[in-house]
Amino acid sequence: MPQDLFGIHGKALELRSQRMGVIASNIANAGTPGYKARDIDFTAAIKAADAGAGTDQAARSSTLYRVPVMPSLDGNTVELQNEQLSFSENAVGYSTTLEFIRSRVDTVKRALRVD
Amino acid sequence: MSGPMNLFGVAQRGMSAQLVRMNAAASNLANAGSVSGTEQGAYKPIRAVFSEDLDRASGLSTVAVSGVMREKAAAVRQHNPDHPLADENGDVWSAPVDENAEMVEMLEASRQYQNMVEALSTAKNLMLETMRMK
Repeated sequence: MPQDLFGIHGKALELRSQRMGVIASNIANAGTPGYKARDIDFTAAIKAADAGAGTDQAARSSTLYRVPVMPSLDGNTVELQNEQLSFSENAVGYSTTLEFIRSRVDTVKRALRVD
Repeated sequence: MSGPMNLFGVAQRGMSAQLVRMNAAASNLANAGSVSGTEQGAYKPIRAVFSEDLDRASGLSTVAVSGVMREKAAAVRQHNPDHPLADENGDVWSAPVDENAEMVEMLEASRQYQNMVEALSTAKNLMLETMRMK
């Protein structure tokens, strides 16, 4: 079972990837009137996924609308600096998770190798 | 686009939308100062109108250009009896283009285009890193 091999990191990587898509959608819609920015609450999503929900289900249930610091007149709630910050934070999280998975693979390979 | 939307589709359509916006601003700038003999014939600035396009299957939303519309600004009347296009009152009608606003529009479009490219390259690097995992 790949899930057992990588522990929580497999799910975390999937959630990170989904969150990246959601934040990229926000950045793409920075100029769309009436667009409401969304984000995945990663902590809640990983908790739900850990409790046995599928990653899609976990991501969907923890997707929330962002509360703007300063709402703009056209109803758009994207604030680019926040989105860019969230995007880079998420990218760092993705890299970290990937590193955990990589080291797990290395461990298993070392165990399999015949020297 | 066929199949579920992915990050590249979102970025591609977002960038295309910004390009349409930039072209609209460029058209307006090119037509700034053009005159016409009638009020109806004067150039009206065009503006791209965006709307959200949500792909329910993947939860991603991208941008759709719902239309390129004419602004409602009234043509500027100029009294210039020597102009070959002048009407019987000696007036010509010039395009109501605000050059400063158009420049700001272009700047904003190019900044958002850059943001999209930046986000896309980060995402692409992470995907490649995942693919190359030994």
